[in-house]
Amino acid sequence: MSNIDPILLLTAIIIVSTPILLAAIGELVVERAGVLNLGVEGMMITGAVCGFVVATMTGSPWLGFAGAALGGALLSMIFGILTQLFLSNQVATGLALTLFGLGLSALMGQGYIGVKGPAVPDLYLPLLRDIPVLGPILFRHDIIVYLALAIVLGVWLFLNRTRAGRVLRAVGENHDAAHALGYKVVRVRLMAIAFGGACAGLGGAYLSLVRVPQWTEGMTAGAGWIALAIVVFASWRPGRLVLGAWLFGGATALQLALQASGGVQIPIEYLQMAPYLATILVLVILRAGRAPGSLGRPFHASS
Amino acid sequence: MTFKTVLLGATAAMGLATGAMAQDDKTKVGFIYVGPIGDLGWSYQHDQGRLAVEEEFGDKVETVYVESVPEGPDAERVLTQMALQGADMIFTTSFGFMEATMNAAQKFPDVKFEHATGYQRADNVSTYSARFYEGRAVQGLIAGEMTESNIIGYIGSYPIPEVIRGINAAYLQAKKVNPEVEFRVVWAYTWFDPAKEAEAAKALIDAGADVILQHTDSTAPQAAAQEAGDVITFGQASDMLDYAPEPRVSSIIDNWNQYYIDRVGAVMDGSWESQDTWGGIDSGMVEIGEITEAVPAEVKQAALELKDKIAAGEVHPFTGPINKQDGSAWLAEGETADDETLAGMNFYVEGLKGEIPQ
Amino acid sequence: MIRLERRPEPSRAWTIATPFVAVALTMLAGGLMFAVLGKDPVEAIRTIFWDPLFGDFASYSRPQLLVKAGPLILIAIGLSLGFRAGIWNIGAEGQYILGAIFAAATGLAFYPAESWLVFPAMILAGALGGILWAMIPALLKVRFGTNEVLVSLMLVYVAEALLASMALGLLRNPEGMGFPGSRNLAQYPSAANLDLIPGTGLHWGVALALIAVIVGQVVMTRHQLGFRVRLAGQSPRAAVFGGVNPGWLIVVCMGISGGLAGLAGMFEVAGPAGRLGIDFNVGYGFTAIIVAFLGRLNPIGILLAGLLMALTYIGGELAQLQMNLPLAAIQMFQGMLLFFLLAVDVLTAFRFRMGRRVVA
Repeated sequence: MSNIDPILLLTAIIIVSTPILLAAIGELVVERAGVLNLGVEGMMITGAVCGFVVATMTGSPWLGFAGAALGGALLSMIFGILTQLFLSNQVATGLALTLFGLGLSALMGQGYIGVKGPAVPDLYLPLLRDIPVLGPILFRHDIIVYLALAIVLGVWLFLNRTRAGRVLRAVGENHDAAHALGYKVVRVRLMAIAFGGACAGLGGAYLSLVRVPQWTEGMTAGAGWIALAIVVFASWRPGRLVLGAWLFGGATALQLALQASGGVQIPIEYLQMAPYLATILVLVILRAGRAPGSLGRPFHASS
Repeated sequence: MTFKTVLLGATAAMGLATGAMAQDDKTKVGFIYVGPIGDLGWSYQHDQGRLAVEEEFGDKVETVYVESVPEGPDAERVLTQMALQGADMIFTTSFGFMEATMNAAQKFPDVKFEHATGYQRADNVSTYSARFYEGRAVQGLIAGEMTESNIIGYIGSYPIPEVIRGINAAYLQAKKVNPEVEFRVVWAYTWFDPAKEAEAAKALIDAGADVILQHTDSTAPQAAAQEAGDVITFGQASDMLDYAPEPRVSSIIDNWNQYYIDRVGAVMDGSWESQDTWGGIDSGMVEIGEITEAVPAEVKQAALELKDKIAAGEVHPFTGPINKQDGSAWLAEGETADDETLAGMNFYVEGLKGEIPQ
Repeated sequence: MIRLERRPEPSRAWTIATPFVAVALTMLAGGLMFAVLGKDPVEAIRTIFWDPLFGDFASYSRPQLLVKAGPLILIAIGLSLGFRAGIWNIGAEGQYILGAIFAAATGLAFYPAESWLVFPAMILAGALGGILWAMIPALLKVRFGTNEVLVSLMLVYVAEALLASMALGLLRNPEGMGFPGSRNLAQYPSAANLDLIPGTGLHWGVALALIAVIVGQVVMTRHQLGFRVRLAGQSPRAAVFGGVNPGWLIVVCMGISGGLAGLAGMFEVAGPAGRLGIDFNVGYGFTAIIVAFLGRLNPIGILLAGLLMALTYIGGELAQLQMNLPLAAIQMFQGMLLFFLLAVDVLTAFRFRMGRRVVA
């Protein structure tokens, strides 16, 4: 333990958790609107390829991120139309979306294998970055890290401080009552789904443009599933979402750091399990809150 | 009666027999891959071999492939379908296809099978693999010379003989040129997860490593090293030249092209026989990528010399005296490791720290 | 304006017709995609849907459909029970792995002794492994109210780490030259799960899947458990008033789905796969969730959905093999098929109406 630098570890945790956090905050809004979209992995990988393709073609990583958000949102609209207009089963449609997204991304990325994308510069924060301890942990990241946290804060404000947020929550809690009050249930949900797709797309692009950075098939390697779990962990609350993402990212970074420190006494296969077991354990201690009342249930106006 | 004639008999009786058998003037060669050909690593390199076969033989061959085939019954089914469709030979490019290959080979005695990295053979099943540890030794030399922190990071996939052999070979050379050197191994427990590979590289760099060796296929560790600065890396599976001249100072490239061309040629002229090939630097199966100018000239020269000597058979990376990690004797002075021990290597050599998970 | 109107009763005709409509729509959309990729759409669709059933070598691929569909159906039947009751076990993949580990460990403990007891012992062990793994989310939910979606999903990754550790350590074949993976159980007569009738693909696991379909149908329609499950799914509160203990229901549903997933893993490792390797699991536990919903959580529907999924897998392989179609296109095609199947389902319970809504 002694030769792990806590500052470097905390820095690593923030980076490791960013793609999961991005995808999870989008899914949180979707689920708060009463929709369960299990297609996060498919939207993430589509975002990863869209972001990479756009960034490589234009040379601008920022356009890449915009393209990733758009790509994720467009893909999520397949899910939105099927579940909201055709009332298809949400669980199965979400899983099908993942399958479709994996295939689509592989086809789209065929010409981009082995291509090196444009670099994403770190945000340069003078003075702040030189603060001891806090500087390296908090102020030496790329802009997407801050964007992710800003989105979380924005979602919190939106859900708790705005009328539109209250409408969205009402739709998620009881869609029949919300409908009776004159809220446009389907429209609200479609917007939430698009937002979820855009966030998942950003999370995927963070992998293909910052973290890895390259396009390879299947490169999200299950990050979308972790994002889904983190939403449950967070009991559908934005604040706890950050905690969950950092806990999971932290356990991952810590187990790798323990291995790298050269002084591990714990068998490595148990270290591999640590992030998952830690998430379960903390959830048991914290207790999960209640899911939105209409989560996963189809809505039809005449019923 | 072979499996195929039984089936063909059945279909012919049903009046469904078609021309699937008729086009035997071309040699049909099948490939099954464990990953997508877009993985830019293991499966990608094998597919490059397929393309080389097509280029070499042009109209005389027809190649088919199926990618991302799960090990087990799925692989056996794909192999059977390939053979039924008239494949004359099939390359099965992952260790996990071993049972499937042996089972399919039994059903189709006339089809030649080539199984990568396995150890079971039959009259119509050859095995082939590459002595990547020879390349690892060259990397170890460069790593040992170049490190200033004396900490070398090593990203392993799973603790299997192939990976352990590489760690040992690299360590022995590094230790030879730099007795102070220490290896830190991180097991990623995945074949393919770029984000995790990046994190593993970062963890090693944070722990003080200034040289990263990787036995996983993505470029993510290269990018992590580039971001950190003052860290050198080596390309794996493919050349990863995008990251040259620094951090990537050299690479090990899996090059199956010549082997595939030779074996397909052998089927064409009827000289194919079951054999076990373990190709090294000399055969070109293991290629050392360009050593960049980031490496001092004398180190580069020493590395190239070692490479040439290994290729010429003058130097074996595992030459005694070598003890195992627990201090027990393995190779006596001047003794070289036999292939069987190397193939199943599951111990560290003396000086390496940590335990092999098992 | 077009709008949906709920039918008084689900339409029987559409229940039967929708899958065909969906397949037809998929052929159109998929054909278009294949054409864009520069492949002959008619040939591609024939290769995927027709060749595995009636092509040149269909006498080989038809039994393979059973081998591929067997575990999907077995797992999906178990899952459907819980899904109907609103219990979300999405970690069947982990329970499948544990079943295989337990069964392989049991079989290998007897190796090389031959006895008729080995195979039944492995079956028990496989079911036990799956049940134990499913009991973790079940009991955590009953005792602490912990969400089973998260726990069961996280335990999949734990199971994968455990599998790797077993393949590399305890269960590694001592005669395997140091390579990972267990002995080949298919070559150990007492433990091998072979075809009951050679060449049919009908091994014990497939037989059990078919039995599970029948038992599932009986339970859902005639047994008290089926009644309680449906009641809990429709209204948890009504179920409590109706005398259903929610904790009991969670344990039973998770236990059944875990046990069946474990059995699927057991039959796979003892038969078609043979060897417990690092990459033993290939996603049956997740695909089975799709199969369960595609079959409308109905045992007969699950049987058909499982066979259809298996068909697209095997047909997809053939299309790669014969036409050099990339796997990605096959995955998109499968996705489309699922989309259409799920979308046209709306026609069974609703009908389209033109014109404005009449104010009630």
